[in-house]
Amino acid sequence: MLDQCFALLWIIGKIICVLVPVIVCVALLTLLERKVIGAMQVRVGPNRNGIAGSLQPICDVLKLLAKELIIPSKASRYLFIIAPVLALAPALAAWAVIPFTNDWVIANVNAGILVVFAMTSLGIYGIIIAGWSSNSKYAFLGALRSVAQVVSYEIAMGFTFVGVLLAAGSMNLREIVLHQSGGIWHWYFLPLFPLFVVYWISAVAETNRAPFDIAEGESEIVAGFHVEYSGIMFGIFFLAEYANMILVSALAALLFMGGWLSPFAGIPYLDHWFSWVPSVLWLVLKMSFFIFLYFWMRATFPRYRYDQIMQLGWKCLIPVALVWIVLVAVAVQMGWIFH
Amino acid sequence: MSEFRHFTFNFGPQHPSAHGVLRLILETSGETIEHIDPHIGLLHRATEKLAESKPYSQNIGYMDRLDYCSMMCNEHAYVLALEALLNLDVPTRAQYIRVMFAEITRILNHLMWLGAHALDIGAMSVFLYAFREREDLIDCYEAVSGARMHATYFRPGGVYRDLPDSMPNHESSCWHNEKETASLNRARDGSLLDFVWDFTERFPALIDEYETLLTDNRIWKQRTVDVGIVTAERAIALGFSGPMLRGSGVAWDLRKKRPYDVYNELDFKIPIGTNGDCYDRYLVRVEEMRQSTAIVRQCVTWLKQNQGPVRSDDAKVVPPKREKMKTSMEAQIHHFKLKTEGYSIPPGEVYVGTEHPKGEFGISLISDGANKPYRLKIRAASFAHLGALNEMCQGHMLADLAAILSSIDVVFGEVDR
Repeated sequence: MLDQCFALLWIIGKIICVLVPVIVCVALLTLLERKVIGAMQVRVGPNRNGIAGSLQPICDVLKLLAKELIIPSKASRYLFIIAPVLALAPALAAWAVIPFTNDWVIANVNAGILVVFAMTSLGIYGIIIAGWSSNSKYAFLGALRSVAQVVSYEIAMGFTFVGVLLAAGSMNLREIVLHQSGGIWHWYFLPLFPLFVVYWISAVAETNRAPFDIAEGESEIVAGFHVEYSGIMFGIFFLAEYANMILVSALAALLFMGGWLSPFAGIPYLDHWFSWVPSVLWLVLKMSFFIFLYFWMRATFPRYRYDQIMQLGWKCLIPVALVWIVLVAVAVQMGWIFH
Repeated sequence: MSEFRHFTFNFGPQHPSAHGVLRLILETSGETIEHIDPHIGLLHRATEKLAESKPYSQNIGYMDRLDYCSMMCNEHAYVLALEALLNLDVPTRAQYIRVMFAEITRILNHLMWLGAHALDIGAMSVFLYAFREREDLIDCYEAVSGARMHATYFRPGGVYRDLPDSMPNHESSCWHNEKETASLNRARDGSLLDFVWDFTERFPALIDEYETLLTDNRIWKQRTVDVGIVTAERAIALGFSGPMLRGSGVAWDLRKKRPYDVYNELDFKIPIGTNGDCYDRYLVRVEEMRQSTAIVRQCVTWLKQNQGPVRSDDAKVVPPKREKMKTSMEAQIHHFKLKTEGYSIPPGEVYVGTEHPKGEFGISLISDGANKPYRLKIRAASFAHLGALNEMCQGHMLADLAAILSSIDVVFGEVDR
C-alpha cells in the first residue's frame, strides 16, 4: 500500500516537474512573441511592467483572472465551460511521452508517437465544442473552419510520422532520437527533408497559427471559435494554443532534428569543446528555433483563405508525403539507408 | 421537408475589418457570399447641412474631417470651388505648394490603405512599416500648418502661409536617448523642402521593401488575384473613379483630363491595371505612390528655385497681414469684416471635381450671394464604390469580403459625410 502511494506521489511529482516548466514557458512565450514581433515591426513591444516588460505575462494573467466570466444566455452552458478544458488537457497530456533527455521522460511508452498524435487530434474537440456551444454565428464559422482544417492536416502530419517510424523502425520517441545519433548528418531532416517540410507546415496549421489562423481569422470572423469567451476561459484557450506550439516544436526537434543530441557529435574538436553542454539544452535550443519560426511566419505572411488551405493540404502536402513514404519504404527494405 | 435558408448575419459595425463603422448584412451559403446589404450612416455628421450655416472659410475645417486619411485633398476641392465662384487668381507658388501637399496626401492615404489592406489579408507587418513612413509625412503637415491631421492649410487664393525655413526637431527624453533622437532628427536640419526631398530620396526603396513582402508573395497573390473583378464597362457604369477605375484598365485621371492648379506642367504617368481585381488595384496604388513621389520631387525643385507670394492679394477675400493691421485702418476693417461676417460669393453654381486619392472627389456649390453656401453637395468616391460591393463579392468567400472591402479603400467619414 505504502509502495503504491509512493509510486503515485512519484508520478505526480514528475508530472509537476514537466507541466510547471511548460506553463512557465507559455507565459514567457507570450512575452517573447510580442517582443520578437515588435522588433520585426520596428516597435518596442511591452515595456512597462518590470524590467523591459518582463512582468507583462503575470499582469496579463492577473487581468484575465479578475475579469468576469460571461456565459451567453443562449449558450449551451456546460459545454461552454468544458470546451476550454478540453482544449487544454490534451495539449498538456501529450507531454507525458516527450523525452527530454535519454532518461528524462514521464512515461517511456512504446507507441509514444501515436499517443502524441492522438492527443493533438483530441485538442480539436475543444475548438469544435467552443464554437458550437457559444451559439454565435462567428464562433460557429470558426469551428467549422477548424474542423475542416485539422482533419485535412492531420492526415498529412500522420504520413510524416509514418516516414519517421519507417526510418527508425520504432514508435518510441526515445528510440527514434537514439536512431539519429552519430552527428548532424544522421538526423532525419536530411534524408526525410520533404517530410520535414510537410510536417512543419502541417504543424503550423494544426496549431491554428498564422498563416493558417483561419479558425480565429481576426479580420474575417473576428476571433472565431473563442469570440464569446472572456476572462480566464479565454486565457485557457490561449494557454492551450501556446502549449500546443511548444509541443509541436518539441516533436519537430525529436523527430527530425535529433532531439537532445549534440549537433557536433562526431566532429573532431567541436565535439570535445561542446561536451559540457547538458543534452536537455540542445533540445531546448532546437525547440526555440522552431518557436522562433512560428513568430517569424506570423510577422511575414498574409493569411490563407479557407479553401486554399484545403487545396494546399490535399493537393500538395499529402501527395508529397505519400511519394516520399514509398521511397523511404523502398530504401529501408533494400537496406540502402537507416540500418 | 425542411427548408434551406441562407446563413444571415451581421458584419460590423464593430468588426476589425469594417473600416470604421460599416454594417453589412451578409447572406451566405456556408462560407460563400450570396448577398450583401451595406448599411451606412453610422458616422453621419451632417457636414453638408452644417456647411450651410457657416461662413465659407469656416467650412474648410469640415472638409479635413470628411476623408480623414487624405485631409488636404478634401480641402483642395472645396477651395478650388470657392476660387471658381470668386474668380480668384492663385499665385503660382501657392499652386505648387498645394500640388505638393496634395501628392504628399496621396502618399499618406495610399500608405494607410496599403497597411490596412495587408492587415485585412493577414500580413500585419506592412501596416507598421507604412505607419513609420506616414509619421514623416504627418510631420510635414505639422511643420506647415501646426496640425498633424486636420490641417486647414489650403485657403481660397492660396495657402495659409509659406513653407517654413526649418523643420521642428525631436528632443531627447527618458524614452529616447541622445543617439535615438539624433537618428530621428536626421534630415531635419534644413528647411521643410529639404526634408521632403530627403523623403523622396528614401521612399522608392521603402516601396520596394513593401513589395518584397507582398507583390510576389504566393499567398498574397492567391488572396487577391481574380478576387473582386470589375470589368472596365461595369466600372464606368457603376460610377467608379480613381484607382478603382484605373485598376479596371480605364486611364481616367482628372489630373490629366481636367488639370487643375499646376498639374498640366508636371510630368507623371497614369498606371492602369488589366484585370480589375484586387491585385491590380493594389499594383495601381503602389505605382501611384511612385508617381506621386516623382511629382513631389518636381514641385520641390520648382519651389526651391522660385519665390513669390503664396496667397492672392485680393483684400476682399484674403485677410491682411498682421503687421499691416497695426498701421493701416483699411487693413483693420478688412480683418474685422473677414473674421466676423466672412466674404460673400456672387450668386452662381459650380462643380469642381478633383483627383482625390480614393477617386473623384467633387464639390458642388450653389451660392445665393450670401456669406454661406446655399447648398454644398459633396461627391465622395468611396460611396459609389461601396455601392458595388454586392456585385464585386458575388460568389466569393467570406475571407474575400475583407480583401475586397479594403481594396475599395473605404473611409466612412467620406461615405457617411
